[in-house]
Amino acid sequence: MAGNTEPLSPRAKLAVTAGKAAAAVSRAAGRGSGSVIGGRVALKLDPDLLARLARHLDVILVSATNGKTTTTRLIAEALRAAGPVVSNALGANMPAGITSALAGGSDARYGVIEVDEKYLAGVARDVTPKAIALLNLSRDQLDRAAETRMLAEHWREGLAGSKALIIANADDPLIVWAASSSANVVWVAAGQEWKDDAWSCPSCGGVMQRPGDDWFCGECGFRRPTPSWALSGDHVLDPHGSAWPIRLQLPGRANKANATTSAAVAAAFGVPPQVALERMYAVQAVAGRYDVVTFMERELRLLLAKNPAGWLETFSLIDPPPTPVILSVNARGADGTDTSWLWDVDYTRLAGHPIFVIGDRKLDLAVRLEVAGLDFHVCENVDEAVRMAPPGRIEVIANYTAFQDLRRRVGN
Amino acid sequence: MSDNSLRLVWIYPDLLSTYGDQGNALVVERRARQRGLDVQRVDVRSDQQIPTSGDIYLIGGGEDRPQRLAAERLRRDGGLNRAVSNGAIVFSVCAGYQILGREFINDLGEREEGLGLLDVVSTRGEGGRCVGDVLGDIDPQLGLPPLTGFENHQGVTHLGQTARPFAKVRFGNGNGVGDGYEGAWNDTVFGTYMHGPVMARNPHIADLLIKLALDVNALPPADDRWYEALRQERIAAATQPA
Repeated sequence: MAGNTEPLSPRAKLAVTAGKAAAAVSRAAGRGSGSVIGGRVALKLDPDLLARLARHLDVILVSATNGKTTTTRLIAEALRAAGPVVSNALGANMPAGITSALAGGSDARYGVIEVDEKYLAGVARDVTPKAIALLNLSRDQLDRAAETRMLAEHWREGLAGSKALIIANADDPLIVWAASSSANVVWVAAGQEWKDDAWSCPSCGGVMQRPGDDWFCGECGFRRPTPSWALSGDHVLDPHGSAWPIRLQLPGRANKANATTSAAVAAAFGVPPQVALERMYAVQAVAGRYDVVTFMERELRLLLAKNPAGWLETFSLIDPPPTPVILSVNARGADGTDTSWLWDVDYTRLAGHPIFVIGDRKLDLAVRLEVAGLDFHVCENVDEAVRMAPPGRIEVIANYTAFQDLRRRVGN
Repeated sequence: MSDNSLRLVWIYPDLLSTYGDQGNALVVERRARQRGLDVQRVDVRSDQQIPTSGDIYLIGGGEDRPQRLAAERLRRDGGLNRAVSNGAIVFSVCAGYQILGREFINDLGEREEGLGLLDVVSTRGEGGRCVGDVLGDIDPQLGLPPLTGFENHQGVTHLGQTARPFAKVRFGNGNGVGDGYEGAWNDTVFGTYMHGPVMARNPHIADLLIKLALDVNALPPADDRWYEALRQERIAAATQPA
């Protein structure tokens, strides 16, 4: 066991036990994994429990708008080469869920923890992480979230005094702004296809210049830092200039970027890139995402896309036309109740695909696709969409609660 | 209208395109093309000059700092005011609406001068942020069906002598000063707090702008099936408690 081996206090032990009991009750009642309720009960009995649990671990935090669950999983997989890992692998990423996850891993050496963007600064204060991986920031749930740039500012202030090693994406100006107040940063050129939240300099408000892969502010000189790690095609380039092939079961450019960041994190804990990347190959699906399921005798690949940046990355990984595509959008609390963001997604990228539209907000999608000049079918539910879809594996792209609905229906 | 094509100008997407309001440009463009018009869409970044020869100018919502930057750059540029004096049509949303007024409160908490194209003054609301579906009746003079949209703003807007309320809300907040009014307009300049985007929910507003720009009273019919289905759903949603 790393670091402090002082055992948990009786109060903390009681809190952990009570939390587990509450989780078991919740599971038995069929209300999901119970990790959040368990964590809430435990934190109520011992508000410092998160800090206490973390003291026994080398903690790595992962935060971003997109890719945090997958990257948490990839880092956890890589670090298992060096010792036992505890992780909130199912994406319960607020303090209660994190507490619950850590309480389940008393023998672990590493805690690899996904953190919701809004809670990063607070959790980083509580758990004194050894490392923090920051992937990207973009618009998401604007009806209830802080402004994207303000979030970067909040991170910047929260991380300024942290002793953690920050592993940050040099290609996202908002991430660079958030990370560059820290003393100890490893820059990773992980790419960022979505650019529309960073045309305005996060430092001075000047207009950002973006020639090729570079970026800089013409007014104040804020610019892309020189990365020591990079994603280059299908390879990770390490700080020594060696290229390591990325082999993943997970599809798409964004997951190669997640693997690159994960390799950089693993290296900081002594796991060489080759070993880390080999271990990442084992990851097949993450909380149901990317999973291929059989439903009504058809193959469906389940893809989660929650915001414009996520949809953009998803369009780049689906099979080409005439692969049928089912789109599902809800606007419940966890999705954000405003569907305006659909208009920031370039749906013309789906031209040539047979398109089937479902979900609570299928009519918003229908107007969006009509204006994009695409042909589409509006269906009552996934069953009808699958029945209507022409042959071939079907790509199903859904936002958060629509994805949960889908998993329940197709039995994944 | 110039060169036989409708010139549609989308102002400062780098600063004021945060809430999907780009959809308004897409809907106007689509509906103009469906009527056989050529459309020239120009997206003007905030380090570029605003062209003065546009027929329709659209400006969207954004966050507080970009709003101040946009106001500073638009004042310095002067092109939008020149275009309006040439008879151009302007439609603005949320942060853009406030910028077109006489003044608003910026991200630093200071009074920021607007472009004075609408006789309105915006301040910060004392209550909570206005978020949710809205239903209202558009000024009867404009002859449009009910307004549906999604609002998400902290600011409130007071109308002066020469600005007419764009709509009267049945559900939701709109301008937020308590008189039930939403948005503002004069002969050629319009402002609203409605996202959604507002033209996707109210394609007749897009048609109105096209008619004003072309100076015609009617347009050939367009296929409104999906817009109508969405409108009915959202109007029903606005009348039910969340």
